[in-house]
Amino acid sequence: SGAPAAEWGGFEDNMQGGGSAVIDMENMDDTSGSSFEDMGEMHQRMKEEEEEEAEGEAGAGEEEDGEFLGMKGLRGQLGRQVADQMWQGGKRQASRAFSLYANIDILRPYFDVEPVQVRARLLESMIPVKMINFPQKIAGELYGPLMLVFTLVAILLHGMKTSDTIIREGTLMGTAIGTCFGYWLGVSSFMYFLAYLCNAQITMVQMLSLLGYGLFGHCITLFVTYNIHFHSLFYIFWLVVGGLSTLRMVAVLVSRTVGHTQRLILCGTLASLHMLFLLYLHFAYHKVVEGILDTLEGPNMPPFQRVARDIPVVSNAVLNTTAKAIALTL
Amino acid sequence: FPGLADVSISQDIPVEGEITVPVGSQSPDEDYSTLDEPVKDTIMRDLKAVGKKFVHVMYPRKSSALLRDWDLWGPLVLCVSLALMLQGGSADSKDDGGPQFAEVFVIIWFGAVVITLNSKLLGGTISFFQSLCVLGYCVLPLTVAMLVCRLVLLASAGTISFIIRLIVVGAMFGWSTLASTAFLADSQPPNRKALVVYPIFLFYFVISWMILTFTPQ
Repeated sequence: SGAPAAEWGGFEDNMQGGGSAVIDMENMDDTSGSSFEDMGEMHQRMKEEEEEEAEGEAGAGEEEDGEFLGMKGLRGQLGRQVADQMWQGGKRQASRAFSLYANIDILRPYFDVEPVQVRARLLESMIPVKMINFPQKIAGELYGPLMLVFTLVAILLHGMKTSDTIIREGTLMGTAIGTCFGYWLGVSSFMYFLAYLCNAQITMVQMLSLLGYGLFGHCITLFVTYNIHFHSLFYIFWLVVGGLSTLRMVAVLVSRTVGHTQRLILCGTLASLHMLFLLYLHFAYHKVVEGILDTLEGPNMPPFQRVARDIPVVSNAVLNTTAKAIALTL
Repeated sequence: FPGLADVSISQDIPVEGEITVPVGSQSPDEDYSTLDEPVKDTIMRDLKAVGKKFVHVMYPRKSSALLRDWDLWGPLVLCVSLALMLQGGSADSKDDGGPQFAEVFVIIWFGAVVITLNSKLLGGTISFFQSLCVLGYCVLPLTVAMLVCRLVLLASAGTISFIIRLIVVGAMFGWSTLASTAFLADSQPPNRKALVVYPIFLFYFVISWMILTFTPQ
């Protein structure tokens, strides 16, 4: 049966039966679906065969010079070591790849949502709850927060472009992504740590989810005020929309914490971080020209908030103009 | 079964024969034959496959050719050409007015990977590379829009050109989103299509924004 052997050319070395194209099912174990188990088996058989050969050679080599036992045996040993290393390397890579794939599946339950649920949760994030004596339910879901963070990135990009912000060290996209993800992940971790200190009943995923949905208010505010540049409008939106989402997050946290001091610490930190982030996002990327004009209207605005970032030559001119304008009005 | 009672195999006739598996015999021959063909044939075959997929994107029909034979040549070519065309938008040599080459590259591939992971986590049946392939190929309308924008900007840079560019980019953005949705949304459970379409919408929106706000110097 030479013909089948030629057709299965690639397998010839590994087939235990030599030239046969028929797979002997008796010698396969149940896990023979994976080629790595097969490799392991074949490797094992190869080892056993070579051990038998080595024993046979050792018996024959005693008759020859002791040193030359090595010639054929050495090449066989080297080959065996190389094959061994390749097998170990392949096995390590396969287990690493498998654990990486399995890690994706860990996230799967957090993405198990329906569009209706997402919409409902988005609207709920603006409605503060009244019952704070009873622990409120937080859905541990990551799809909504992740999409909101990406939406915030898109809105920030739009805002940065309309304000002609010029970034020196870095790129527009990098800054936007870094800011939004840094806030979401960083503040969530910090709040989770504080919640752990204050004995609040909240898990990390729930904290991520809560803060993520709180960004819905930020998205609405920034989307409106980046297109309609009125400072008074921004402040109204900041207080009303930002305030509502902050109140909701605070109420949910309070319902899950016991003790007045702990409640105060948690809620104070969360409220200040949330509101200050919205303030930062608005002013850091605001149009320089609009800023100068509005400075004349509101004398209690400190001028440093109006300057766009990282324009050395222009910022000096801006500061001079602002100072002159204020001096004129006073 | 009374009729089968007569069938018997006598002990002294051995049952023998050759069982050949025809599948295995074909692939080694094919491999050898494609190795021996001239390089021009290989390149033309790949180019034809890429061209066929371009046609599928421009006229999105419910065909599975894009999904079945995925390849990443088309997305790579589109990504590189888009990134090259988005160069040269800086105000002067010191500041960055436009995106860097690496930035565009990273946005497109990172965005495509995130959308793929998202659709897989939502229970999609499409494989990782198939999804990357579809998303990459659907950047074609936006690359065409970039070409048109550059040509329009060569002519003038005023409000009218902005309006023209806005219309062109908007139309191509809609086309891209529809094309990729036509391929990807079928692989999802029917009530979750909106959850998969939204990130695709955001992704092409960001690319369209980069194209629209490009101002050469």
